[in-house]
Amino acid sequence: MEPFKKITGVVAALNRVNVDTDQIIPAKHLKRIEKTGFGPFLFESWGKNADGTPNPDFELNAPSFAGASVLATGRNFGSGSSREHAVWALRDGGFSAVIAPSFADIFHKNCFENALVPVILPEPVVDGIMARANELTGYELTVDLETCEVSDSEGFRASFVVHQDPATHEFRRYCMLNGLDEIGLTMEHANAITAYEKARS
Amino acid sequence: MPPKTMFQKIWDAHIVHQEDGKPTLLYVDLHLVHEVTSPQAFEGMREAGRSVRRPDLTVAVADHNVPTTGDRSAKVPIEDPTSAAQLDAMGRNAGEFGIEYYDMYSEDQGIVHIIGPEQGRTQPGMIIVCGDSHTSTHGAFGAIAMPVGTSQVEHVLATQCLVQAPLKTMEIRVNGTLPPRLTAKDVILGIIGEIGVDGAQGYAVEFTGSAIRALSMEGRLTVCNMSIEAGARVGMVAPDQTTFDYLRGRPHAPQGAAFDEAVARWRELPTDPGATYDAVVEIDASSLAPAVTWGTNPGMVVPVTGRVPDPATMASPAATAAAERALVYMGLEPNTPIQEITIDRVFIGSCTNSRIEDLRAAAAVVEGRHVASTVSAMVVPGSWRVKRQAEAEGLHEIFKAAGFDWREAGCSMCLAMNPDKLAPGERSASTSNRNFEGRQGPGGRTHLVSPPMAAAAAIAGHFVDIRDW
Ligand code: SF4
Repeated sequence: MEPFKKITGVVAALNRVNVDTDQIIPAKHLKRIEKTGFGPFLFESWGKNADGTPNPDFELNAPSFAGASVLATGRNFGSGSSREHAVWALRDGGFSAVIAPSFADIFHKNCFENALVPVILPEPVVDGIMARANELTGYELTVDLETCEVSDSEGFRASFVVHQDPATHEFRRYCMLNGLDEIGLTMEHANAITAYEKARS
Repeated sequence: MPPKTMFQKIWDAHIVHQEDGKPTLLYVDLHLVHEVTSPQAFEGMREAGRSVRRPDLTVAVADHNVPTTGDRSAKVPIEDPTSAAQLDAMGRNAGEFGIEYYDMYSEDQGIVHIIGPEQGRTQPGMIIVCGDSHTSTHGAFGAIAMPVGTSQVEHVLATQCLVQAPLKTMEIRVNGTLPPRLTAKDVILGIIGEIGVDGAQGYAVEFTGSAIRALSMEGRLTVCNMSIEAGARVGMVAPDQTTFDYLRGRPHAPQGAAFDEAVARWRELPTDPGATYDAVVEIDASSLAPAVTWGTNPGMVVPVTGRVPDPATMASPAATAAAERALVYMGLEPNTPIQEITIDRVFIGSCTNSRIEDLRAAAAVVEGRHVASTVSAMVVPGSWRVKRQAEAEGLHEIFKAAGFDWREAGCSMCLAMNPDKLAPGERSASTSNRNFEGRQGPGGRTHLVSPPMAAAAAIAGHFVDIRDW
């Protein structure tokens, strides 16, 4: 996995709660057997009309969000199915961080496996970010995983966590900063796995 | 020893490695695999030159993509080339990595969460994982059954271990007695309506209380299945005589004396008296009514005697906005009585409600009646075994005589990934678990209900109160 330290990018605001993975990537696109190529289908049912033309009413199609790499959204983002395709689609669609008050559990876990930073901030702070993103064309935020801060050029600054549990936050942050592969980490405990199997058989 | 919850006992028994400040490495007893969330995991294994650590603890099945029309035993090839490619990849991967695989023509094929329990693979005290959110289903046996993404599928294939930070525990105690004609589906929809779709986020839920104890094994599976719809990754019910009676004699359960030894161990699993949970929710079963969802997530639910809510009355601006969008999508007006909502399609199936008891309950409602002329209805058994059992009992004749389509096993119209789909604007009464926008087909409108409620709606052409039926 590639390491993540810090990015500065345009913020796109999706002011909805409980956004589910069926919306992030519809089931009909889950038939690919690769991890790539999901970007064009990101939020497809909301973003495209039945004839395939862009739906101008969909928030993320606003011209001022073009090229966004940070998504700000409502609580319980990524609810529903375990499909990691949702994270692949967001990454493929250009996003490196998602800011929300809370994430659905499996989606949250999948973020860490794919260098998509789940930025957890209190609801009023996220609401403020979404409001600024909607008001200011090309509003940018810096997401810094080393300091665990988001900031903009106007002096806004807030500390975030990537997990509510402090130990898990620290561990996940460390893995992302260093691009550590979880299978590799577990393989270091191969002896413990073998010992466990022996003790049980 | 201090008293422990069932969750804690199972967790502790599976610790392979533990270090301060790091997630725990847990051993996995059973890894279930299906065709949609595994190809990239096998590809990763291949690229890294890894082999599957415990193919003997791994089972794969084809369920999401498979068509349900025609006679499966005639082995007609699948039409959709992308579905076929995914199923081919599953077959190739299973062969190459030495994993037992139930392809769509196998007589024990079915939805992954149906076949685990019915074959006796799912057992109390286990840690079970699958790259599928409804893995929580298996917790009905008193197991920690956890959904994972594709990267963790690869991780488990390679190491037989799961990397997991501790979860908080929540007891959802369902007291009292469930009123007649209500089902496990109404219990879980009632719970989700009460605590919300993220009410159990970050928790492992244990369902307790007299109304849960009174449920059959299949009812408990329905409840645990939809734990994920309340935000919980794990749902569980303590094993008891109902559990043991269900498991005895199943092909992959321990046999003979080994079974009795296993039961003795399983009896130690339930939460100790005095153990505490991080949160407790109490529900009174006698206050529940047949549930019908009106919106685009499972928490948007009311009793069948209720009305479509008015978004203006919602608790927060975010809830109002979500309800307004849901009503536009669903094509519904505020304050419409639920029983006046007419439907076009009925789907009885999915890993929530496609077991034999579900089909019996639906058949009892439709026997001697006929599906409304405006409705097209189908029954999709969860597995070949369920289908064979239903046919042995003559249920298929009852459904067919009533005008239902009788199909082959698979996920079917639970998700729009195979040929069974709603057309844009079509409205369905479904026994599945998700009413998200487009879940059953782009533009399709889903109302989640129990099997008897779906069956009655098929006959009437609109929702009816099964208690008056
Ligand atoms: S029946 Fe539906 S919810 Fe269950 S595994 Fe299949 S697609 Fe998922």
